[in-house]
Amino acid sequence: MDKIERNLLEQIAGLHEIPSGAYNIRSNSQSFARNVTANINIVTKEDKPGIDVYIKAGTKRESVHIPVIISQSGLEEIVYNDFYIGEDADVLIVAGCGIHNGGDARSSHDGIHAFHLAKGAKVKYVEKHYGSGDGKGERVMNPTTEVYIDKDGYMEMETVQIKGVDSTKRVTKAVLGDNATLVVSEKLMTHGTQYAETEFDVALNGENSSTHVVSRSVAKEKSHQLFLSKVSGNNKCSGHTECDAIIMDEASVQAIPEITANSIDASLIHEAAIGKIAGEQIIKLMTLGLTEKEAEEQIINGFLK
Amino acid sequence: MLELRNISYSVENNNKTIDIIKNVNLKIEDRFVAITGPNGGGKSTLAKIIAGIIKPTEGKIFFEGQDITDLSITDRAKMGISYAFQQPVRFKGLTVKDLINLAAGRELNVHEVCEYLSQVGLCAKDYVTREVNDSLSGGELKRIEIAMIIARGKKLSVFDEPEAGIDLWSFNNLIQVFEALHEMAHGSIIIISHQERILKIADKIVVLADGELVAQGSGEEIFPQLQNGNNVCWRISK
Repeated sequence: MDKIERNLLEQIAGLHEIPSGAYNIRSNSQSFARNVTANINIVTKEDKPGIDVYIKAGTKRESVHIPVIISQSGLEEIVYNDFYIGEDADVLIVAGCGIHNGGDARSSHDGIHAFHLAKGAKVKYVEKHYGSGDGKGERVMNPTTEVYIDKDGYMEMETVQIKGVDSTKRVTKAVLGDNATLVVSEKLMTHGTQYAETEFDVALNGENSSTHVVSRSVAKEKSHQLFLSKVSGNNKCSGHTECDAIIMDEASVQAIPEITANSIDASLIHEAAIGKIAGEQIIKLMTLGLTEKEAEEQIINGFLK
Repeated sequence: MLELRNISYSVENNNKTIDIIKNVNLKIEDRFVAITGPNGGGKSTLAKIIAGIIKPTEGKIFFEGQDITDLSITDRAKMGISYAFQQPVRFKGLTVKDLINLAAGRELNVHEVCEYLSQVGLCAKDYVTREVNDSLSGGELKRIEIAMIIARGKKLSVFDEPEAGIDLWSFNNLIQVFEALHEMAHGSIIIISHQERILKIADKIVVLADGELVAQGSGEEIFPQLQNGNNVCWRISK
């Protein structure tokens, strides 16, 4: 692994070295390294690019890292990864994609991830996107995440895209069973002429199922962001989605909420706020000795922390 | 320390000029200076003029002998002026520790942050990592605001109604905070207040009404006027 690849790996997975536990590192469309454990198996798909990850029932406190790095300009790929999480397992899954594009051709990675949580399974899923390189070639990532949570299952999804991705279209679809919970926290920052689109579609089918989707984003310069969040309450359930965006310079942000209650016991809330940084926040930090620019940076860093 | 020379501030509203501050002259050299007076009398505006948030339409401001009239908020903060807001600002994402660090101008350890928070009567371990967002009450925010000023420890600290919303916390503590701050910074503390107990510790009381400085002097001189004045339609609160 060279220096560029190591940097990508560190940015997206916080990894300096090969991780402990199960992992599959994909580098320029090749499986670079893989490790399985007694409870976690990783199998290469035969019909299409990608892997199947099987986590045995009852597996506790184990982790799976599946970072993807692309350093070859002009590489475009679609990868299908499926995760089968056994009953009552409790695991951490860390995915991420880093593209370094030093050339002029477009590089893209479309990751299609499906999570199948069996009864009582618990997953924390962390996904980071990062782009680098000063080539003219675009860095494009279009992740699709499908989540199926069975009775009493719980999934927490944390996605971060702060730097360097020119275009992204993220789709997250989830179907929840009885007592199932999905918590999503998205952090996004766009600059330059970047474009980012995020779509959430959560079906609360089970009794007492719940979801909490929070998106915080900052749009700078001439970038554009679009949020679509759809939640349908088809049973006694509760759903809450929140889009909170800071807009700067000549950027634009569009938030389209859609909540549908198909049951009298569904309780759904959508909150969306778009606005520039409050002037009094900047003034407060200036009274502590920060310049206007430093104050702005602190506020954005805190907001996306 | 601080001198306001012929300070006036007016705004245009519907083609009418409204004078908020009218030709105020004030010298501040003392330890504790209380600015009091009826609501809408211009007290907060004067504090903002000192901090650089509002530019006066006329007059000059001198700090430590230097004309700071045209200096920015940041420059004044760096010279040693602190300002505690009447209504503290909330920040999504920034924690109490983040703000205290920014105030101190360096990365403090948890122990140091706790020191500042306990001075304002907050149980530090419950607050250090809390976000300064809507989950904090007005009273909690007010104390964190004061803790930031202590962490700065600068020559001149201006507090805009520090006692508002912190009624459960005794005034004695607040007064101790001011005394400790003076001990540390050897500077001046300006407190905008209606509270008798705060006015009583002031070395100098300044009365601002309808934008004008109507009286200034020691507590003994000013206090009787405040309590017995019959042509003012307000009273200090006990």
